[in-house]
Amino acid sequence: MVPVAYYLVLSAILFGLGVLGFLVKRNLITLFMSIELMLNAVNLAFVAFAWQWKSLNGQVFVFFVMVVAAAEAAVGLAIIIAVFRTRETLNVDKVNLLKL
Amino acid sequence: MRPHLHLWLIPLLPLVGAAINGLLGRRLSNRVVTLVGNAFVGASCAWAWWVFVRFLSLPQEALPYVHDYATWIRSGSFAVSYGVYLDQLSMIMVLVVTSVGFLIHIYSIGYMGGEGGYYRFFAYLNLFMFFMLTLVLANSYLVMFIGWEGVGLASYLLIGFYFLRDSAASAGKKAFIVNRIGDFGFLIALFLLIKHFGSLDFSHLFPLIKDLGVENAAPGLLTAIGLLMMTGAAGKSAQLPLYVWLPDAMEGPTPVSALIHAATMVTAGVYMVARSHIIFSRAPSAMLVVAVIGCLTALFAATIGMAQTDIKKVLAYSTISQLGYMFLACGVAAYSAGIFHLMTHAFFKGLLFLAAGSVIHALGGEQDMRRMGGLRNRIPWTFWTMTAATFAIAGIPPFAGFFSKDEILWSAYSSEYGSWVFWAIGVLTAFLTSFYMFRLWFMTFFGEFRGAESGAGEHGHGHIHESPKVMLIPLAILAVLSVIGGWIDWPESLGGTQRFDAFLAPVFGAHAEAAAAAAEHSKELLLAGTSVLAALLGLFLAWLLYQKRRDLPDKIAAALGGLYNAVRDKYYVDEGYAAAFVQPLIKGSTYILWRGIDAGAIDATANESAEGAEHVSDALRHMQSGNVRSYAGWVAAGAAVVIAYMVYLGVR
Repeated sequence: MVPVAYYLVLSAILFGLGVLGFLVKRNLITLFMSIELMLNAVNLAFVAFAWQWKSLNGQVFVFFVMVVAAAEAAVGLAIIIAVFRTRETLNVDKVNLLKL
Repeated sequence: MRPHLHLWLIPLLPLVGAAINGLLGRRLSNRVVTLVGNAFVGASCAWAWWVFVRFLSLPQEALPYVHDYATWIRSGSFAVSYGVYLDQLSMIMVLVVTSVGFLIHIYSIGYMGGEGGYYRFFAYLNLFMFFMLTLVLANSYLVMFIGWEGVGLASYLLIGFYFLRDSAASAGKKAFIVNRIGDFGFLIALFLLIKHFGSLDFSHLFPLIKDLGVENAAPGLLTAIGLLMMTGAAGKSAQLPLYVWLPDAMEGPTPVSALIHAATMVTAGVYMVARSHIIFSRAPSAMLVVAVIGCLTALFAATIGMAQTDIKKVLAYSTISQLGYMFLACGVAAYSAGIFHLMTHAFFKGLLFLAAGSVIHALGGEQDMRRMGGLRNRIPWTFWTMTAATFAIAGIPPFAGFFSKDEILWSAYSSEYGSWVFWAIGVLTAFLTSFYMFRLWFMTFFGEFRGAESGAGEHGHGHIHESPKVMLIPLAILAVLSVIGGWIDWPESLGGTQRFDAFLAPVFGAHAEAAAAAAEHSKELLLAGTSVLAALLGLFLAWLLYQKRRDLPDKIAAALGGLYNAVRDKYYVDEGYAAAFVQPLIKGSTYILWRGIDAGAIDATANESAEGAEHVSDALRHMQSGNVRSYAGWVAAGAAVVIAYMVYLGVR
């Protein structure tokens, strides 16, 4: 049987990759995928703990996260399209209207 | 059943006049302003005399006549009401204030006729009458204090009447500020009364204090109250060391000097001390202080008066000196003598100022006596009335001043609080008074005219002229009073009856010295003779120096050198005060309060905190880069910190 620590380490690695990708990449789509990666890393941790403690709570949370992720994907992709239409770029460093 | 005297009418009538003239006067013609300004004061005066007639028929046990109209303050057991307190003392004050005040109002019609702000003048004058009558009719110290402050306000407004002139404006401020110093003492006296007796009401307070014994040493409560009251009185009545405002107050129009700064307001302090005689009689140390201050002020001001050349300044110092006499009388428990002198002084000093105003008017605004002279035949009415007043103030019998001054001097000598030192200084002052008054008289009316013949001054008439009738009639009435005003208190040693003393006896108690005096008539006559001799000596000296040998004064002045300069420059008291109090205050305010605390601490705190916020914000602003990834970086860093902390907690 695989110990739960393995799953958690994998989850941490995936999350770290997500964060790193979010911080270093410039393309909005890539950032988006990084976010998804982080969310799914968390999902992995949830199910691992749920399996460990024989509790359904973790499983239920995963479903919630999936729902939120789906909604976020819909809204986020819409925003990305809107940004691309107005600015004709997906480079986040150029999307800085809020700067002073 | 007490009769209704409707005393509230007396102060309120002038207030109505003040309100009409003050609020609407600008739109009214001078004729209407004159009518309003005088009619209300005249009505008030007439009412006061009617009350006096009724008052005489009141039975003795109905006095003092006290009437509360409304409650003003009620706080726990402490209550103050608006009301009146009429006894013989306030009756005399009301009569003096309304009568002399009314005469001066009439005089003002002529004197102020050509001046701008005519309605303003009458509004202020009526306002003054209101506050002065409130002061003398008050039924408690607090109501008295309203009047006290109110006359101060009216005085300030009227001194600064020619407010375009800088000296007038600052003289008004000076009077106000110096009076505040005295009022501070008065207020603390009131606080002490509230704290220890729980009331400021005369009819409640005096019986309480009457039961206390004479206070010779500790705890000194009544002594403290008496001394603080004396501080207030010294401010209002221009006594040492707070007298400095009165000479400057001569910047005001002459009727104001006559009414406020000679006849009525400045005597408020004397009235207050006499009103508080129950407190003072139980605090002998405070009495002694009153007597000493009065005595020194009388002498001090008289010496300054000798060397002044401005006709109004001479009269101002003379007023201070005469007020000193009144305080001396109060200080030796001869209150009725003090009030008697107050009354005769109101007659002759009011007259002196009005006559001086008539001289100034005749000369088109000239006030320097060195440019007067020989006016005897040019303005005969003014001359004769002024003569009556001069003889009265010099204390030459049978003019009014002789009787009152002599009563004070005799009391100063014979009273149980008195001393021959007080008497000696009093006689010396009487000599000086006579000298400087006759000096004024000779310089103004005798010899050759020394001014420019066609001085087109502020009155702009050109040549010397007698004043109009409206000014001369009050002069004549006051002149008659200055002659006969003293006769109501003809000393018993001269075969008269002291009606004035007898009238006031219920207030002050029978004169302690009255009994002793009977045995010492010969002594009293001797002392009276001495003071008359002193007055005649002053007259002779003035005649010698300013009539016979006109070259002598300059020689004497040159011989005296520094001493003469010191007297002429008022002993440099103003300069001394400026160096000791005013300059340190200005310097302290400028460098410590303004630049140090206000600019350095308060403003700096506000400005520095604003600048600090700006700097911090400027630094924080750069976190708001608009760069999405840097935001994400902050979020990640924040999350990392939180996690690290939680891990740390878990490990620990």
